[in-house]
Amino acid sequence: MYQLKNVTKTYTGKRTVHALRSVDLEIGDGELVAIQGPTGGGKSTLLQMLGGLDRPTSGSVLLAGDDLAKLSDGALTSARAERIGFVFQHYNLIPTLTAAENVATAMVPLHVKAEKRTRRALEALASVGLAERADHLPGELSGGQQQRVAIARALVKEPRVLLADEPTGNLDEATRDEIVELLEGLWKEEGLTIVMVTHDTAVARRAQRRLRIAKGTVTER
Amino acid sequence: MFLTYLRRELRHRRKQTAVVAVGLAVAIALVMVVSSVSTGVRDAQTAVLESVYGVGTDVTVSQPGEAGGGRPGRFEFDAEAGEADDDGTRSLDQAQLSVERGTATFDAASLDTIEGVEHVTDAAAALTLTSTSFSGEMPDMEAMQEQMEAGGGPGQAGEQGGPGRAGGPDGAGGSAFEVDSFTVTGIDPSADAVGPLTTVEVAEGRGLEAGDDEVAVLDATYAETAEITVGDTLSVGDSDLEVVGTVTSTTGDGVATSSDVYVPLVLAQTLADLDGQVTDVYVSVDSADHVDAVADAVGAALPDASVSTQSDLADDVTGSLSTASSLVSTLGTWLSIIVLAAAFGLAILFTVSGVNRRTRELGTLKAIGWGKPRVVGQVAGESVVQGLLGGVVGVALGAVAVLAVNLAGITLSGSSGGLAVGGPGAGGQAPGGGQATGGGRGGGAPFGQAADTATSAVDVALSAPVTVWVVVAAVGLAVLGGLLAGVVGGWRAARLRPAEALRSLA
Repeated sequence: MYQLKNVTKTYTGKRTVHALRSVDLEIGDGELVAIQGPTGGGKSTLLQMLGGLDRPTSGSVLLAGDDLAKLSDGALTSARAERIGFVFQHYNLIPTLTAAENVATAMVPLHVKAEKRTRRALEALASVGLAERADHLPGELSGGQQQRVAIARALVKEPRVLLADEPTGNLDEATRDEIVELLEGLWKEEGLTIVMVTHDTAVARRAQRRLRIAKGTVTER
Repeated sequence: MFLTYLRRELRHRRKQTAVVAVGLAVAIALVMVVSSVSTGVRDAQTAVLESVYGVGTDVTVSQPGEAGGGRPGRFEFDAEAGEADDDGTRSLDQAQLSVERGTATFDAASLDTIEGVEHVTDAAAALTLTSTSFSGEMPDMEAMQEQMEAGGGPGQAGEQGGPGRAGGPDGAGGSAFEVDSFTVTGIDPSADAVGPLTTVEVAEGRGLEAGDDEVAVLDATYAETAEITVGDTLSVGDSDLEVVGTVTSTTGDGVATSSDVYVPLVLAQTLADLDGQVTDVYVSVDSADHVDAVADAVGAALPDASVSTQSDLADDVTGSLSTASSLVSTLGTWLSIIVLAAAFGLAILFTVSGVNRRTRELGTLKAIGWGKPRVVGQVAGESVVQGLLGGVVGVALGAVAVLAVNLAGITLSGSSGGLAVGGPGAGGQAPGGGQATGGGRGGGAPFGQAADTATSAVDVALSAPVTVWVVVAAVGLAVLGGLLAGVVGGWRAARLRPAEALRSLA
């Protein structure tokens, strides 16, 4: 699925930060990968490179053969819209939209018609066990429910890969287990490629493959 | 999704939406008021000009008088003038008819010259005069002298041993008199295509007709003030004329016609002893494009004449109308620009601030595949709707403000070109609100200045119209403000990198 070749990311400012140093990495189709490491080690930067949210300073990030580093802004936006699903630590739901509308936002750039958007959003919410909460605003949902809505939003467009940045970071233990089981189910049943950044070793242990990133360098664990 | 998201966002940020909309609304309302009042003042100027020069007059020709020229003569009485009364006074009655101060007459044959100029479609000549009459009682000097010689003078002797003041009928210097002044326009009754007669309509009786001799038609307002009715007799100069009708102005309510009294041109020339002379020629031109050319040609053909176009005349409008016009065009315009700029700035500030607060939200949308145009469109759309709301509220607010201006009954006074405009004022009466003034305020003024005090002002009630275009422009401005804010906010949102949104969460 992913092939990273000699990827370097350097942030220049008052102080130069080498977030990624010559990273070479391959992630196969249908893998569940957990990335761990200390704060500031480069976890989130690596996830941004994989998600096409940022471009490397040098090197290439191939997603199914397409080099995300060389795609135009428009093509990169399309790649994010069509092929990559995101789940964030803080859920990042639109506070003024209902759960169903939040899920539907992922289909807006795909030009899915409104009626079909609504139907698919409800189906996605049902698949994460939130069918009855479709009309609720994020503020009316618990943290776990909000993260389920975020997962439904990521899955509704049927992406090739799901990138999750600390998906259980804001959840209690019981809810954390629920979310991890949900992700595991998607991986097993749907064959989805999942790359997950986590501080939580208990969560990382449930991954098929564990990577550690520190000082911009990736190692297998 | 666009509309749902937009509606929810605006509802969610009610306070910001209200502040931006109200800011734009106040600015729009101000622009509406300034625009409407400006139109009202312009209409008032037009009314003043039309009341003086008539509808369709493109060029006027007159003859400037020499300094101090055209001044009415003095009323002079010798010791035996008038009739002696038993109470030691003499009753005096005298009238004068002359051209107004500062104007002069010129040969009526100039009308033929002007009619011969290319592009002139019509021309009419007029002789504008001022009739000033003196009527009252003065001390009988002859009788006083006799009493002095007999040693029984009624008053105290002056320092030089002259006669003392006589206690007169009014107790104010031994005299009681009234000076009446009104304007008289002599005009060819058939010349109704251009000139003063184009803006009058008969109120009672009839208008002037070809073949009329010693008749007069009065401005209805003047007739009412002077208590003259159709069928009465009016003294003009030394002649008594039959009043055959009254006329009112067609240029608007409360606008006086250009003269108090209208008489046939030939009669005016005869009464004023100005045979073959006129004071004004009103000219209409076939096209607005030819007005300047005609004015130049007339000026060349009549080098001593003063030739004015409508725009020259508009510049000549003076009085509170001119002050209002100046105030609206300077203070009003600048105030509108400043308030608009402030409202636009406020809208931009709030929009940018909103985008900054929504960094995570907008960054997330970009992360899940929303393109720049869609994100910018969403932000701009919200601002435009805020502008639209401001426009609608502003139009309502502006309409109420304009209504208040109209209900306030503001009266503007204007005069133009030194031509007298008739109206109430006979016998030294003050002008009535909303009515044309003119005629004498001269009661008690020195005789020689009686005519000077005749004003040439027209009082016009300010009517500020709200046109469809003003409404459209107001809403358009508000939307423009919202659009500007949206473009700036959208530009800010477009620059937002999704990675920064994610990083801000770390």
